[in-house]
Amino acid sequence: MTTLGQLTLYALAALLAIASISLLTALIKSDFNVAYVAAYTSRNLPIAYKISAFYGGQSGSLLFWAVVLSFFAAAAQWLTPKRYAYLMPYVAAVTSVVVLFFVAATIFAANPFERLDFTPVDGRGLNPQLQNPGMVIHPPMLYLGYISITIPFAFAIAALASGRLDIGWLHAIRKWTITSWVFLSIGITLGMWWAYVELGWGGYWAWDPVENASFLPWLTMTAFLHSVMIQEKRGMLKRWNVALISLSFVLSIFGTFITRSGVISSVHSFTQSNVGYFFLVFLVLCIIGVGVLMWRRLSLLETDTHLESALSREASFFFNNLLLVGMAFSILWGTLFPIISELVRGTQVTVGPPFFNQVNIPIGLALLLLTGIGPLIAWRRASPGNLRRQFTIPVAISAATAAVIVGLGMRDVYAVMAIMFAAFVVAGIVQEFWRGAGARHRLHGEHYVLALARLVARNRRRYGGYIVHLGIVMYFVAFTGQAFKTEMEASLKPGEVAELRSPFGHTYTFTHIGVSQYEALNRFVSAASVRVRRDGEQVGILTSEKRQHVDSFKRPTFEPSTEAAIMYTLREDVYMVFAGSVAGTEEAVYRFTINPLVAWVWLGGFTLVLGGIVTLWPGGLPARRGPRRDEEAGYHASFEPAAKNEQQEPEPVGSGSGT
Amino acid sequence: MDRRAFLRSGLAGLPVGVLGVQQDSVARLFRPDLAGRPRNRITDYENDPFVVGIERRIRCTCGCNLDVYTCRTTDFTCTVSPALHQEVVALVEQDMTGEEILDAFVAQHGEAILMAPPKQGFNWAGYLLPGVVITLAGSVLGFALVRRSRAVAVVPAADPDATPFPGLSAEDVARLQAELANLDD
Repeated sequence: MTTLGQLTLYALAALLAIASISLLTALIKSDFNVAYVAAYTSRNLPIAYKISAFYGGQSGSLLFWAVVLSFFAAAAQWLTPKRYAYLMPYVAAVTSVVVLFFVAATIFAANPFERLDFTPVDGRGLNPQLQNPGMVIHPPMLYLGYISITIPFAFAIAALASGRLDIGWLHAIRKWTITSWVFLSIGITLGMWWAYVELGWGGYWAWDPVENASFLPWLTMTAFLHSVMIQEKRGMLKRWNVALISLSFVLSIFGTFITRSGVISSVHSFTQSNVGYFFLVFLVLCIIGVGVLMWRRLSLLETDTHLESALSREASFFFNNLLLVGMAFSILWGTLFPIISELVRGTQVTVGPPFFNQVNIPIGLALLLLTGIGPLIAWRRASPGNLRRQFTIPVAISAATAAVIVGLGMRDVYAVMAIMFAAFVVAGIVQEFWRGAGARHRLHGEHYVLALARLVARNRRRYGGYIVHLGIVMYFVAFTGQAFKTEMEASLKPGEVAELRSPFGHTYTFTHIGVSQYEALNRFVSAASVRVRRDGEQVGILTSEKRQHVDSFKRPTFEPSTEAAIMYTLREDVYMVFAGSVAGTEEAVYRFTINPLVAWVWLGGFTLVLGGIVTLWPGGLPARRGPRRDEEAGYHASFEPAAKNEQQEPEPVGSGSGT
Repeated sequence: MDRRAFLRSGLAGLPVGVLGVQQDSVARLFRPDLAGRPRNRITDYENDPFVVGIERRIRCTCGCNLDVYTCRTTDFTCTVSPALHQEVVALVEQDMTGEEILDAFVAQHGEAILMAPPKQGFNWAGYLLPGVVITLAGSVLGFALVRRSRAVAVVPAADPDATPFPGLSAEDVARLQAELANLDD
């Protein structure tokens, strides 16, 4: 039976949808009497970007947040199985409060429907850097990630408020947490892709405060996805899991606060407005509220069991959580350090990539190593036999890989470690797939390919997790490539040639062809082209553009933007940027960059999302009889001396396997 | 029609590869005002690893948050990073060392001109705190894990011969356990 609270949420979603459709209509119809439409669109803006302008500005994005959250809130009520009905009123209350906050911020601090006293004949247009396909989908994906964290958070608060802190709420949010994590992963990776193809600096991650803000909840959500398995299987880490999901929500609000308040300087920030105060107050209230609730329920968050051995999967997950949260802390610390320094010393400092790389690379490498150890080591207690059986091949392959790359001349310690650990993780995962498929082949006589497919299909959470780990390895391999990037600038007259050696030993030559100029859509384009040869063999022509956007009266709007030209290969990208012309002639200034292994970032992102989707896909193992929601999970071990021969409670079958 | 005339006709946009290339003269652009900020020819200093290395450690003050090298080779509308580059080049030409150049920039612009805080005084807290916190937490966690795992005694079942799977034969139990070990180790 539908409750009044649920009906209210459905009505809220419908009303916010009407508001959103109204704004979209104004954007598409170029109603420039609406200040927001005039500020972010122009008549000649392609329709896709008129639609994306909905979340391209401060107030529109707040409305977007509110409407998406209201749909998530309604979906949570609609889709959650009836056995969790005891949590749903609290969930409705929490999600309603968060929607209310965003609606209030939209109405009182950044109203997208505000009208001008006059109607301009044309709008200002959208920032050229936002006129990119990546920017059409990157922000909504990131928003979906940020916003959907609210649902698991609402369930955590519901569990705290109702005092029902068994594993019921964890089961209820399983799909939501993975969905949220997948959206965040897609959003972050698309953001990296946008930065790479659009910003023209030849990189994809600059440790900008806003980038960091998107990474923080991803880290804590990743930690949660691991630690939740310990609670499900062993009944441990109850407080930690509630804290982690609450922290993820708080960090998502914190990220929004950073983006919108102007408290920290960032190229990604929205125009400053007083909306930052709204977020600050809400952030503080959330932290206090969660803190008080947790304090009051501490006794219900006692752990059921204790760790048996430091050599166990649980222990490796403990350290994995420590490193993930530690990395989140170090990034948060670095992001806020300029403010802290100013408060303590009265001196401003800059905390840029050199700082973040120095602090976070060792943590990242330790995490990569644990990514390999976690899935291989046994639950509860790893015997010497288990360790030998599971680790011999991965360690041997890892050592052999290190020997080969050092033999080939790689001397960068971090790069060698990253590739060595990556080989270890991949070997471990392949071994898991191989053994699983082999077991099915022996038991059921299935062909290996079929056995592999059924293995994944029957335990999607576990093998989906392994696929995610493969994606993570690809990211690390790609990051390693950044240590070997080579670049140069050159000014070339038509026919002149520049030469650059790649880290893989190829020699690239770039012959300047010329610069052409033409009108296209809402811009005037100056396109500079070079013929690219690798080791003397022509591999293509690259054309980089300088775009001067104009309004419908052909008047220049923004400063000229630059479109990079990229030749993608799995091994290395050739990245070229047309910096401008010398004295208004066809003599062009270029920056050429050879970017090793960048393609693996996008492949890693794809693999990671694929793994996430595998874990989310409905079906899999037939439902096991897991602990009921009113039962405690895990088994009990006592602290009695071993001599006391007391009966141990049997271990219930865990409700989830997985890594 | 030569290339210059072609570009001036405003019909450019066809593949440039089909046009003739004149190496001895450089044509003017049809609309140089719409091709971005005019650029100077690249000199050896632009690609000098020493200059680039210093510029990577200095922040552009235009508000972009990028280092001078990245800004001047990315944001071609910025006027600040090219000026800072010229300052670096001028100091390099005075035979100053890298550290002397950085010190000169700090003296002129303050510590915030550096891309990372100098390792001194309170800034050490910035560098060390994350590592210290993680190390301390890791040590405490490791100590607790070892201590707890020693203290915990997993008590054997009352009847050591009793099978944990009462409905199964010993042979089936052995087979099941082998397969479980195979899958879940």
